[in-house]
Amino acid sequence: MEQLVPPDHPGGVTPRRKRRVGRALAPYLLSLPSGLWLLLLFLVPLVLMLSLSLKTCSPSTGACVMAWHWGEFSSEVSLYHQEFITSLYFAAAATVVDLIISFPIAYWIAFYGGRRKNFFLLMLLVPFFVSFVIRTIVWEFVLANNGVVLGALKHIHLLPQGFHILGTSYAVMAGLAYNYLPFTALPLYVALERIDRRVLEAAYDLYATKRVGFMKVIMPLTVPGIFAAFLLTFIPMFGDYVNQEILGGTSNTMIGTVIQNQFLVTLDYAGGASLSAILLVVALLGIFLYARLLGSRTIEQYL
Amino acid sequence: MSIGATKATEPKAQRGARSLGRSGKIANLESADVEFINVTKTFNDANAVDDLNLRVEAGEFFSLLGPSGCGKTTSLRMLGGFEDPTKGRILLGGQDVTNLPPYRRDVNTVFQSYALFPHLNVFENVAFGLRRQKIEKHEIKRRVGEMLDIVDLPNYEKRQSSQLSGGQQQRVALARALVNQPKLLLLDEPMSALDAKLRRQMQIELKRIQTQVGITFLYVTHDQEEAMTMSDRLAVMWHGRIEGMGSPKDVYDSPTTEFVASFLGASNLLAGSIVSTSGSRTTIAIDGGGSIVVPVNHVPDLGGSTAVKVGVRPEKIGIFPAGTDVQPGHNAIGGRVRVSTFTGVGNQYIVETTLGVEVTVYAQNIGNQLAPRSGDEVILSWPEEHTFTVKPLPTTVEINETEGD
Repeated sequence: MEQLVPPDHPGGVTPRRKRRVGRALAPYLLSLPSGLWLLLLFLVPLVLMLSLSLKTCSPSTGACVMAWHWGEFSSEVSLYHQEFITSLYFAAAATVVDLIISFPIAYWIAFYGGRRKNFFLLMLLVPFFVSFVIRTIVWEFVLANNGVVLGALKHIHLLPQGFHILGTSYAVMAGLAYNYLPFTALPLYVALERIDRRVLEAAYDLYATKRVGFMKVIMPLTVPGIFAAFLLTFIPMFGDYVNQEILGGTSNTMIGTVIQNQFLVTLDYAGGASLSAILLVVALLGIFLYARLLGSRTIEQYL
Repeated sequence: MSIGATKATEPKAQRGARSLGRSGKIANLESADVEFINVTKTFNDANAVDDLNLRVEAGEFFSLLGPSGCGKTTSLRMLGGFEDPTKGRILLGGQDVTNLPPYRRDVNTVFQSYALFPHLNVFENVAFGLRRQKIEKHEIKRRVGEMLDIVDLPNYEKRQSSQLSGGQQQRVALARALVNQPKLLLLDEPMSALDAKLRRQMQIELKRIQTQVGITFLYVTHDQEEAMTMSDRLAVMWHGRIEGMGSPKDVYDSPTTEFVASFLGASNLLAGSIVSTSGSRTTIAIDGGGSIVVPVNHVPDLGGSTAVKVGVRPEKIGIFPAGTDVQPGHNAIGGRVRVSTFTGVGNQYIVETTLGVEVTVYAQNIGNQLAPRSGDEVILSWPEEHTFTVKPLPTTVEINETEGD
């Protein structure tokens, strides 16, 4: 029989009560540092940013006054809807490219990586030890008109002399796809790695060919990973401005570039803040959709 | 008679009259015999299965029994098509299936971990194989429903596999395999995750289902009781080879090797050597002194050597106070009780014999005997026909009974 253990250690009334209070407070005390961190560096700036979007700022001094200017949102949208659409298009295209490129990589590492899985994953990540901006600048060299790739292809007359990629939408999409590849590959890898090989064997045992096993077992079990990859890639790409600045031209401005300009060049803080708020809502919608479709628990597992 | 499912991938000649009876019970299934011919499987230069020759008759419940790493699961996996034999051939119903992929074999497997599809509900799990065979929708619905009735899980169609208990998952795994009406069902330690009580219940259930569907079952287990309870025949495997094969009673009562004698139940083994044979009785001199008589047909081929081990099961030995007359046709050894343990259903004694060897005796608790206590002088006797002899193992070999794979 289980022995009954007193709820607290025997002792005087005061230490017992003290201990009980301490026990009740422990979780709060333990979460205090991270809570403060989130409050100061995340929640406060967020509220500041949101309130900024409703203020009017003087262009000359930069001082802002709360004006509850809700019209800011609609006017920003009507001004920059084209940039939103461009960003959406670039981010979507680059995400699809990333999914197509990284699926076979993740699949191969997960299923055929053997004991060197971690080595291959590291190899996948090595380029990303270099700073984001530097990587993008190197990509600029790679895509340059007379650079390694185009120069060589032009030299052997596979491409016309006037051909260029830099400054086009393709360059931006290529840069985005390159810079965010690991954020697609890693969640896919986690999802694929997690598939029980015996479940796959069971499928083959139940008359599934390799192809059917892939379609009916591997793919459905990878869906949460695909969605996580999509979130991790698409949302940051949507607000990205570095790739467009370095690799893009003047006709394909992304919304991230607009926001950056508003904050740093035209000093339109209210406009930049309201565009940022809109971006935030779009991101939250994506996460909400994910949670509804695949359950909120899978978010923790894959992100 | 309606022709049941025939697999699209199945060779035409193999398509037989598989039918479902109108009663809703599965009847007249074709079952197939299995043959391993000189099958060897090598992993990293070690033979997991070593020149295996085995024939399982159609409709039989056959068990491969052995400790972990004995090659039983590898044999099963080769039959299912998940491993290719390094050497040898495997026949299923007379057809060579050695190089066929799993989906081309008329064999289904119940996996140790059940391996249910986590993204599918119970209905879709069971229907998986039928869908691959392009069977009509209403037919799938009917057969899945029937099969869930057989495994006693009616109205579980919509449940997710994660919502099921271990025993329920096991039954879904069984239904998922059986619904395809395979010629042969492979079961890879399907009960190892169940608790003892549920396991006993499932053993009876499984035997009932096997009788009902009438197909060949090949069952892999390390649990000797499980194998003996359900099997028509069993084979004890060790180091990739079959050490003993036959009906559970034959293998238990007359083990042919020291390994079988110790792995299957408990045995008292006494080293000795053959002295003489007269008529149907062989006399063996025990190394510690004294002699034991064994029926001549219980002596295996020793290949010229006379060294043997004489064995007797603990429950075959009678324990009597010293001085009791030994009945004719019985072997007897004197000794002193060292440990006496009451186990409820019986008494277990460890007796220090005059031969210098300890012998375990198991006496059933039938209430009419005066139990000897430790320190008592006793005489142990048992009928000669309950004595067996085995070829001794090299002394360096240790027999492990570790569980799991």
